[in-house]
Amino acid sequence: MKIGKEEVKYIAHLARLEFDDVEVEKFTTQLNDILLYMEKLNEVDTKDVPPMSHAIRLENAFREDVVQPSLPPEDSLANAPKRQDGFFLVPKVLE
Amino acid sequence: MNLYSLTIHELKAKIAAGDVTAKRIVEEFYRRIEEVEGKVHAFITLMKEEALSQAEKIDGEIKQGKLKELSGIPLALKDILCTRGVKTTCGSKMLADFVPPYDATVVEKLREAGAVFLGKTNMDEFAMGSSNETSYFGITKNPWDLSRTPGGSSGGSAAAVAADECAAALGSDTGGSIRQPAALCGVVGMKPTYGRVSRYGLVAFASSLDQVGPFTKDVEDCALLLEVISGYDPKESTSVPVPVPRYREFLGRDIAGWQVGVPKEYFGAGLDKDVEEAIQRAMVTLEGLGVKLVPLSLPHTEYCIAVYYIIAPAEASSNLARYDGVKYGFRAGESRDLLQMYKRTRSAGFGAEVKRRIMLGTYVLSAGYYDAYYKKASQVRMLIKRDFDAAFEKCPVLLTPTSPTPAFKIGEKTDDPLKMYLSDIFTISANLAGIPGISIPCGYTKEGLPVGLQFLAPPFEEGRLLQIAYAYEKASPIPKRRPKL
Repeated sequence: MKIGKEEVKYIAHLARLEFDDVEVEKFTTQLNDILLYMEKLNEVDTKDVPPMSHAIRLENAFREDVVQPSLPPEDSLANAPKRQDGFFLVPKVLE
Repeated sequence: MNLYSLTIHELKAKIAAGDVTAKRIVEEFYRRIEEVEGKVHAFITLMKEEALSQAEKIDGEIKQGKLKELSGIPLALKDILCTRGVKTTCGSKMLADFVPPYDATVVEKLREAGAVFLGKTNMDEFAMGSSNETSYFGITKNPWDLSRTPGGSSGGSAAAVAADECAAALGSDTGGSIRQPAALCGVVGMKPTYGRVSRYGLVAFASSLDQVGPFTKDVEDCALLLEVISGYDPKESTSVPVPVPRYREFLGRDIAGWQVGVPKEYFGAGLDKDVEEAIQRAMVTLEGLGVKLVPLSLPHTEYCIAVYYIIAPAEASSNLARYDGVKYGFRAGESRDLLQMYKRTRSAGFGAEVKRRIMLGTYVLSAGYYDAYYKKASQVRMLIKRDFDAAFEKCPVLLTPTSPTPAFKIGEKTDDPLKMYLSDIFTISANLAGIPGISIPCGYTKEGLPVGLQFLAPPFEEGRLLQIAYAYEKASPIPKRRPKL
């Protein structure tokens, strides 16, 4: 076993997801199968191989610091599930 | 011949000659859509009103002598590309009502070139899938056999082109999501070099792998669309400032004397017999054109799937953290606090495959596992890229099957995620290495399902892909079929 039910629940919390017992069971089995398959990579000798994070080598992409038009507030808020007085509205954060 | 069966370049000729108006073309395509869409279900959203008024506007321009590259050409867009004022769902409940306030750069470029958008096509949820079966909006059917999937994740775009519901379409390819459905639906599909086409306005899945590209009815159309959508975009920091060639100039050039690499790892166990035979026949055709086939090895091929299913979910788990029910998208009902709102929203808004990948990505990036999974995968990714570098020193182009099997049955692989992942086995490597790839039709199985032939080239050598694909297309002795719908 690479990953147990308790760990699946912890990872779900980190990912801001929640599952019922049936789903936890299913995900545990499936994630184990997938992670076991990943074991293949241990066959490969990667000593002194630099990790590749991007396909094309790029230097920093700079541009002139010029003010450009941005989205008007109304457009920015148009898709909000809840809004009030020009703000995004969320449930309370602090007790 | 019906208007809706024509290629872009054929439609262009008719428009330029004044034989047909843009409006008439759009109406013809909607007639076709009404006829077959009930069977195929290629679209999530149709844009008939906008399309007709856009076509009228284009006709006005044409009357004034303003003929642009794609004036009046009816296209479809994968529903992962943001369209100003038109719903962009990404195949997810999470974005079911999302209306972007801006256009993706590629959409803007097509619009400026005079294209008319017919609608937004179906796809696997957040492009995570190889069959269109993870879409929140129902399954797209393969026009060649309605009991089979069109492939994925851009299955709707591939099916729409194959079923003549549009002249061409755009899709996105993170691990084969353009090339695999193109192969399974018998159309041309290209994933350009990473950085060739702007990703601005493409809903992010795995940012180091995602790339936008065309689905077309032939290679000439592919070259044409690539010319229009390519190029540096100041709004996209990974787009590369390399000049865009006139890709159509590569069409018709001789390929005699080319050394074409054939990697042996792409012809092993698991390759369908009919697919293999079709590829072998294509190789004979190419030899007839003076090509020399060179057997070679890409030794790290067998690790591509494992590397991909660490890196892509890791990037996805980070990218999809933005769906929190605050600024846009779905939000679950009343919650006692912010944390509960996040969890309920994400658990109800995402489907099973998306959650599986977020879980996998969160796990491989979590403390204690990062080195064992993500770092290891990134190192093997480097070795995969070096394999390609070495191969391209000997050969300008590589040839492989696009997919190990023809279109598979709906439901056949849904219970086994790993089995589904393996259907991308020949396409993933190009995304990991960042190189361009094209899939073109190369015949049919005994059951009459299309087979795809893939060519791969070094970064920014799309011209070579188009040159050899076009030469093959012209020389192929196999009569072109159309799906019977």
